[in-house]
Amino acid sequence: MHDAALPVRIDSRDGATVLAPRGDIDMSRAPAFREHVRRAIQSGPTRVVIDLSEVEYMDSSGLATLVEAMRNAKQAKTELLLCGLHQKVLAIFEIARLHQFFKIVPTVEDAVSSA
Amino acid sequence: MVVRVVDWAMDWAMGDEPHIRVELRSDPNYLAGVRQLIAGVTQRIGFDEKSCSQVALAVDEALANVIRHGYGRECDRPIWVSIWTAPADSESGAYLRVVIEDEARHVETCDLKGRDLDDPQPGGLGVHIIREVMDEVEYAKRSPRGMRLTMIKHAPRAAGSASAEG
Repeated sequence: MHDAALPVRIDSRDGATVLAPRGDIDMSRAPAFREHVRRAIQSGPTRVVIDLSEVEYMDSSGLATLVEAMRNAKQAKTELLLCGLHQKVLAIFEIARLHQFFKIVPTVEDAVSSA
Repeated sequence: MVVRVVDWAMDWAMGDEPHIRVELRSDPNYLAGVRQLIAGVTQRIGFDEKSCSQVALAVDEALANVIRHGYGRECDRPIWVSIWTAPADSESGAYLRVVIEDEARHVETCDLKGRDLDDPQPGGLGVHIIREVMDEVEYAKRSPRGMRLTMIKHAPRAAGSASAEG
């Protein structure tokens, strides 16, 4: 299987690492997404923010990547926040009943500044 | 969600030819194309935007399960997607029937259930999503090998039409 690349913008803001993937996250792109998130958590910031404002579609492969990321972040004592979710993407979290498992805020600014 | 046991293969043999039939390789890179097809067809027959995207998600999850679990991520195996539709002004209202067939190993249909959602785990969400989104879901074994998944989604009816039917 040839995993597809996923463009991800990575910034550092106020001690937080902000990952902003761009495009659909499905089975073909989830491995690339997983690797970006794994590296970000492994680098040891106090907070990782995943900005999903440029992701209009995510399937259970993407959700699974985020569930794994949340577990890894807890182990590493890193706070993981999600922001910028489109309504369609949020609906998938709700179908999977994961919307309460994650800390979800509206914008990157909210995520970076949240206490 | 209703699980109805119907032999669609028999209907098919009697002349119920699919309106659309696609054969694709078990490569995840082609999931996006099938999603676009499903979203476009459901939009054309009158599904609302939310239903279009959720049905596309359910079909995506079904195909991903075939690739992941059925074919063990081999990317050159066949999958067939057959689609039947009815428009909004038909007797049954707008609906979509999708049949996904493969040549993967047989799976016991009782094993095809979603996982416990109270304990978030990185996998096992696909079957739950399919059952949550679609109105009817049926898994069956094909002969001599492979599985057949039949999914049906009816367009949500407007409040006025629902009450008119009593």
